[in-house]
Amino acid sequence: MSAPPAEPVEPPAAARTAWRVGTVVEARPETSSARRLVIDVPDWPGNDAGQHLDVRLTAPDGYQAQRSYSIASSGSGTRIELAVDQLPDGEVSPFLVEDVMVGDKLELHGPLGGYFIWMPQADTHDPRPVQLIAGGSGVVPFLAMVRAHAEAADPTPFRLLYAVRQPDDVFYRQELTQLAANGLQLDFVYSRTAPRDWPVPAGRITKDALAGFAIPASEKPRVFICGSTGFVELVAGWLIELGHAAGDIRTERFGGK
Amino acid sequence: MSFITRGFSGRNRERDPRLPPGQTKVEDWPVLSAGPTPKIDTADWSFTVTTETGAQTHWSWDELRALGIEDITTDIHCVTHWSKLEMPWRGVPIDKILAGIPTKAKYVMAHSYGGYTTNVPLDELLNGQAWVAFEAEGAPLDPEHGGPARLLVPHLYFWKSAKWVNGLTLMDGNDPGFWEQAGYNLHGDPWKEERYW
Amino acid sequence: MNHVDGNALAGQLSDLFAFDLTTAVGRCINCGTSGMLGAAMVYQAAPGTVARCPHCGAVLATIVESDDRIWLSLAGLTAIEVPKPA
Repeated sequence: MSAPPAEPVEPPAAARTAWRVGTVVEARPETSSARRLVIDVPDWPGNDAGQHLDVRLTAPDGYQAQRSYSIASSGSGTRIELAVDQLPDGEVSPFLVEDVMVGDKLELHGPLGGYFIWMPQADTHDPRPVQLIAGGSGVVPFLAMVRAHAEAADPTPFRLLYAVRQPDDVFYRQELTQLAANGLQLDFVYSRTAPRDWPVPAGRITKDALAGFAIPASEKPRVFICGSTGFVELVAGWLIELGHAAGDIRTERFGGK
Repeated sequence: MSFITRGFSGRNRERDPRLPPGQTKVEDWPVLSAGPTPKIDTADWSFTVTTETGAQTHWSWDELRALGIEDITTDIHCVTHWSKLEMPWRGVPIDKILAGIPTKAKYVMAHSYGGYTTNVPLDELLNGQAWVAFEAEGAPLDPEHGGPARLLVPHLYFWKSAKWVNGLTLMDGNDPGFWEQAGYNLHGDPWKEERYW
Repeated sequence: MNHVDGNALAGQLSDLFAFDLTTAVGRCINCGTSGMLGAAMVYQAAPGTVARCPHCGAVLATIVESDDRIWLSLAGLTAIEVPKPA
């Protein structure tokens, strides 16, 4: 008498999230202060769109520094992508942007976080539209989300409002423009310098601009906001004033003003 | 720990013989906080000493400062491994605040605007070891560094120098304050590396 | 002092729990508001990590780490709710 074949079982979260060593296979400038890194992690269990990981650096004397970075890729596969912006007095980001070389190994802890993720409608059965609002490098988790959305040919209406200081600060411009041609609603707000013939002068985002670019509260979108603490609080506050329910808004703020 | 990241050496970390074990000297002044920064106007500020029997003495901003402000130059040591050496401060000695308040208590809980607490043995706040400080490095204390006034107990790890201090409660037992409940040492002597439970 | 969001807790706690604490629902012992821990206000620039209720600011949880030990308090939560593994 033989036992029936075992059903494939989803490993518990603890088995998936682990410290692993990855090898940098690609490193190229993204903007003047940011770099795109593709890292091969042989035992990567896959990750949801929007998850993050921790990078830990260890000096020869044992000193360690660790920071969290959103993953720009999602799904199965052993190659993961990060886009790291260099902070002026950062400890880890300057190393990742200026010093890391192809072939280097990095210690990574992840995938982390089930709170700030997007999953296709086929899994969630949630037909509500999705509004993504990014401040600067806060666009990285949304890259994973819009890529996953396109790959799944997901019918959910997706809108991305991307606030940057100047045109050269835009991450993944080519890819976002391509996705915009295929259904992603994409809007930019430039706070310091706008492109030539931009219809509005550069300036910090306003509540009116937000109201103009975001899916209205009446459509009850699920909203994700990612950026500096100051940006996220400003935008979240206005969205509540515009009638969005607090429970429909998920935020990921990475400190700073 | 055998993994070493190629090319990473960390920030330039100065060693100095005046440092307690495990500490690194810094020139800037890092801001660490367990919550939002209280914003207290000196016109609304008050300081209260409560004895173990519940008797209270209150001082306004001007009344406390009138007890006599002195200059202090001292080293400070944070449990997160940074130290600042020879820092100038100005404040009122705890000796002057507690003078004339009868007590049999052995311990003190410092309380702050915003709810922070930390416990210290009474005899370690006396004899020139502690102050209520208003100024550091030649300027009034910024709110993010504990202004308008913070406790200053430099011979213990700096989490004991409660920011936004607004009172001392004398107590018979060595009850643990905020970080002491959360895993940090009841005493906190940097020279004995009393960091954790 | 600026805070980050509760999903910043994911890294520190993933080694301790078999489930993702940031999607666990908890109730604040101070004000009774319940919600996912991912929505907590997290202060990381401190001698430890402090998670506060987004509604009333009371401390929900603290995490202190040394080289070889972790101290975790969830004393500010009356209870947490997690889905059972299927």
